[in-house]
Amino acid sequence: MTQQGVRWTADQVLALAPDAASRKAGSKLGAAGPWSEAGSTDEGTLWGLCKGSGSKPYQTVIDIADAAGPAYKCSCPSRKFPCKHALGLLLLWADGGGAVPSAQPPDWAEQWIKGRRQRGEEDKRTAGASGSSTAPGDPEAARRRAERRAVRVTAGATELEQRLADLLRGGLAGAEQAGYGMWEETAARMVDAQAPGLAARVRELGAIPASGPGWPVRLMEECALLHLLDQGWLRRERLPDALSETVRSRIGLPASADGPPVRDRWLVLAQYDTADVKLTTRRIWLYGAGSGRTALLLSYGAAGRTPELALPVGLALEAEVAAYPGAGQLRAALGEQFAPPAPAAIEPPGVTTAEAIARYGEALRGDPWLDSVPVTLDRVVPTPDGDSWQLADADSDTALPLTPAARARPGLWRMVALSGGRPVKVFGECGHRGFTPLTAWPQGKGGAVQLC
Amino acid sequence: MSLMNSPSVSVDSPTPAAWEELVTAALLGTDRRTPPGCAPGREAPAALLDTAAVETVRRRAGLQPARAARRPRPAPDDPRPALPPAAARRLAMLLADRPGGGGGRRGTAPDLMELLPQWLATVNDRGFAPPPETLPALLDAARGRTDLRPAALAFAGPRAVWLARLNPDWRFALRATPGGGAALPQLDDPAEVQQLWQEGLFAERVALLSAIRAREPAAARDLLATTWATERAEDRLMFLDSLRTGLGPPDEAFLEQALADRSRNVRATAAELLSALPGSALAARMAVRAGACVALDHTRDTPTIIVEAPHECDAGMERDGVVAKAPAGRGERSWWLGQLVEAAPLAAWPGRLGGRTPGEIVTLPVADDWQGELHAAWCRAAVRQRDGAWARALLGSPAAPEAGGPGAVSLAERAKLLGTLGPAERAEWVAGFIATHGLSEAFQLLGVCAVPWSGPLGRAVVDALNIARDAGSYPWSFSGVMGLAERCLDPAEASRLDGLLAVPDETEDASPGAGGYWAEAFQRLVTTLRLRAAMLDELKPPSPSGV
Repeated sequence: MTQQGVRWTADQVLALAPDAASRKAGSKLGAAGPWSEAGSTDEGTLWGLCKGSGSKPYQTVIDIADAAGPAYKCSCPSRKFPCKHALGLLLLWADGGGAVPSAQPPDWAEQWIKGRRQRGEEDKRTAGASGSSTAPGDPEAARRRAERRAVRVTAGATELEQRLADLLRGGLAGAEQAGYGMWEETAARMVDAQAPGLAARVRELGAIPASGPGWPVRLMEECALLHLLDQGWLRRERLPDALSETVRSRIGLPASADGPPVRDRWLVLAQYDTADVKLTTRRIWLYGAGSGRTALLLSYGAAGRTPELALPVGLALEAEVAAYPGAGQLRAALGEQFAPPAPAAIEPPGVTTAEAIARYGEALRGDPWLDSVPVTLDRVVPTPDGDSWQLADADSDTALPLTPAARARPGLWRMVALSGGRPVKVFGECGHRGFTPLTAWPQGKGGAVQLC
Repeated sequence: MSLMNSPSVSVDSPTPAAWEELVTAALLGTDRRTPPGCAPGREAPAALLDTAAVETVRRRAGLQPARAARRPRPAPDDPRPALPPAAARRLAMLLADRPGGGGGRRGTAPDLMELLPQWLATVNDRGFAPPPETLPALLDAARGRTDLRPAALAFAGPRAVWLARLNPDWRFALRATPGGGAALPQLDDPAEVQQLWQEGLFAERVALLSAIRAREPAAARDLLATTWATERAEDRLMFLDSLRTGLGPPDEAFLEQALADRSRNVRATAAELLSALPGSALAARMAVRAGACVALDHTRDTPTIIVEAPHECDAGMERDGVVAKAPAGRGERSWWLGQLVEAAPLAAWPGRLGGRTPGEIVTLPVADDWQGELHAAWCRAAVRQRDGAWARALLGSPAAPEAGGPGAVSLAERAKLLGTLGPAERAEWVAGFIATHGLSEAFQLLGVCAVPWSGPLGRAVVDALNIARDAGSYPWSFSGVMGLAERCLDPAEASRLDGLLAVPDETEDASPGAGGYWAEAFQRLVTTLRLRAAMLDELKPPSPSGV
């Protein structure tokens, strides 16, 4: 179903690269030179032999028809994912220069694809057989485990409450001197208490005293929201179900995407990674052309590995998406996919800056810990404002400032260049820190431009 | 409250006193300060956090958009047609391939960054506009590589200049674009021109002068003359330099007067410009001086040129730009001679040397080892006066044995002489040179040939590479020529190279493994040529039928 006419663009391919070095190495291999016996099928399989430094060429196979974005296999020893050979082959294919003709796949490629498809079928069957919940064998044992964990989380939340009270009693000014160590230690206690959500929030508190002017206000706000989360957990029995689920997910307890699957044409709005020492988190925003819903897919990669799920921005896929539980939660899981991602001329409808910030305010009702909401601004002009930038409505006198982080990114300049002082449509995250642009569309014709 | 740049704290609306109190209490500690609306004591911290949580969410939920700052003036329209989609993808790929890193062996993959200059030249030729979102990458590339700047900025167009005003990193684009920094006035408005010329910054004035000179040489000279006497010496030098464009006999009077300038550099530049005008009075004076030093001796068996170098550098010579002090290691007299012959019009020599043609003159023997000095000066004169007949004569036959070795005329001088000939003649001479002398000396000469190389030149290079391979050397001994070939060989020649792609059997005297490396180098050459062919194809102007 990879119709010859709708090959991906080089940009979309390069967006899959795990880092700048791979992007560079991949673009070098995106020419016919090192490749031989390359080919593709209409079912979305690409393969080729890439000459490396050794005598035996690497065998590269890619399955772009997969629900969870393209899948790769390469006989090279690289731990990058996708490796430069896979990127090169995709570029060669995207190039459309006839270097990857339609052909019958060779045995080695055929085998892998068959294996994958078979495994996919089996997964589906087992998933179907055991119902939508993937509960492990013994429900009684699972319940006991959950209870034990709840007890530990309660102990952790109680301890954290005590520590916050001690901090407030002595004053936040002391936190500046106490430094990072105190927070690290508290965060470690929360990890022991199996409350990763609390641990992450505590760790972020540690960075606030060094975050520049106005830090006491920010530190107090975040302490208060942490206190709110503790209290939410300790009194979860008295909360409405949806809010209780939100508290559970904010605490970091596991949940499964058991919302009803929504089938739609999902446009990939944005994809970006954030990384700390242990984990790379990939966020992918989807917009359902039919349902008008916005959904967030998360994918993780451990220590320096790229998360597996990759969906190029600007493509749309016909698929089912199931929501995770919790009020105001946009997180969802990608279910069955009915057609591979293909370029689409869908644009999400936009709102004004005033509507966007109001939308954030409303979302806080369901989840008071929310930092931002996804929103598309229509007809805004990127406008310099002293040392910073804002997105100003073209037709009224209001604007949303960019977040400090967004101001430092190269995407800002791509957006400014795209606009040229004229209105553009911008998708991004809107919250109390400001607006983070992720994708932009020019007025008139022209496709999505990635900003992150 | 409005959403300002610093988080959630509003600067322009007064912060409610209660919130302020709350922050103060949190900062100092509830032991020291009782938060508003709480009882002091053990429960105070929890009460403070309760209140702060409600307030924080309330404040966040009630955020209002900020006031819009003054919006930027829209960028001027770019009237050029948009880049075709395939070419836009190619541009993204070329720009993604940043120099540095990489390192190591090049393998068979083409060097994309090296193709960017050519791509830019073609796209400018075809007159396409870039996709606006690529402008930041384009400006960054131009920032890193000054050699790319003129072409990259021409391609980037008016929106890039608009963008560069917003980002100090790209300020070079304002300097490099004539009138980019401060928009040039209407050149046909004398009052505005006068004002900028009188009050503008140096860079603006240079830009103004160059712009006027390009349109109307005489007007620029007249403008310069109005303030010439009061300009600083460094500025005079720069302004004088801008007269190179459109230099002609009408400039002579002005330049002649500049020969009396206080600054030695200004005098030297004026003299150089005048000597490029063979009809000028300075050229005539130089012809007399040079002619006095060089004569034909008929008393010998074969007519021979005898040289009597000047004995002194008088004030008149100095005024005409002759530098009196010779560089270390050079005799004064030969130094003066060189300068006189270089500045003398070449057209004067046939009359002086028995009506001989330039070709005949350069074959005349020269007495007392003066030949090197004399011929080198004629070379410089031929280049300065762009005299093809003399250049041809001095270059000689490309197949001549001395052409390849250290003759009277060095390779660098040959390269410059070639620059005065037409592209076809240049390519033909270099092809002949390579056919006789091989590639080891050809790099500099190939550098002055027009791209893509003509058929005969391309074939000569490929044949020579083939010979070098058969001779058993390693390809990296020819990496310079290989790199040039990748960029300059006509893509249509790619099919000729097919026979060279296989790894040949290793012969006795070949360097170990050289065959494999050669095959790899030729593969890269072919891949690059194919890529260039594809690049050019993508930049074809859209056909009128709209297909």
